[in-house]
Amino acid sequence: MSWTLVADVVAAVFLLCGAFLAFAAGVGVVRFPDLLARMHAATKPQVLGLILVLIALALRLRSWSAVGMLVLVVVFQLMTSPVAAHMVGRAGYRTGKVRSDLLVLDDLTADQEAADREKVEADRESADREATQRASDAGREDGPARG
Amino acid sequence: MIVVVLICAVLLASAATLAVVRAEKGPSMLDRTIALDVFTTTLVGTIALEAAWSRRTETIPLLVVLSLVGFVGSVTIARFASVEPESERRIRTREEIAAEEAERLAAEEDERGMAADPEHGAEHEPEKLHEVEDAAAPEVKGSTGPEEARS
Repeated sequence: MSWTLVADVVAAVFLLCGAFLAFAAGVGVVRFPDLLARMHAATKPQVLGLILVLIALALRLRSWSAVGMLVLVVVFQLMTSPVAAHMVGRAGYRTGKVRSDLLVLDDLTADQEAADREKVEADRESADREATQRASDAGREDGPARG
Repeated sequence: MIVVVLICAVLLASAATLAVVRAEKGPSMLDRTIALDVFTTTLVGTIALEAAWSRRTETIPLLVVLSLVGFVGSVTIARFASVEPESERRIRTREEIAAEEAERLAAEEDERGMAADPEHGAEHEPEKLHEVEDAAAPEVKGSTGPEEARS
């Protein structure tokens, strides 16, 4: 039993696992009820499935130059997919596409409401300060005229 | 090996089909973005599968390009969908939409009434010209005639 046969068998197993993860993502994207659940399903083949398939490819190719390129692909994917998921989730939350009845825990809404309250209070304070400033300015203008 | 490759090809093809189904149904732009992300990943998997089967290395740059292009597309769409007016940041209820529609119709009616009224129409003539419909335009123009003659 040569090591190339072992590598081929391991590559076949990894390919099957990666393809199964992609299939699971397809099923999840179609069947899950809202945006965040679909994102959850979609990330499975994006990182783990991709790494499995590319390890299988490296085991089949057995050349270091190809392995370098494949590592580059994995690094790109690891850097970019969290950013894309963050942007999509943020945009979905802000446009109200997240179903809050499906969430177990929702910290962001409470935080946002607190931030809104703080902003309203800050606005009111600055408006008060402006009003007192204007009143004192008016008083100063009146002062010399009366005297 | 051929059996494994066939099974993987079937799994990847059905994954791509399901992703396209979601991209077609997707209630919002962001669902379509996610579906197309899954499609891109499936495409990467398919290219890698083909390269692993025929042991070729010249398609590997395609994987790099695809992993970058999918990112750019989804981030662009997410930015585009999140820069909506304040009032459109959530899904409105049916009553709110009906109220807004009625308000808009009433405003249009008012505008038309003002445009038909010659004296009123002449005052707002400069900014009105873009908004009044073609039928009302000659009337507005006609009402400016005497105004100019008087001055």
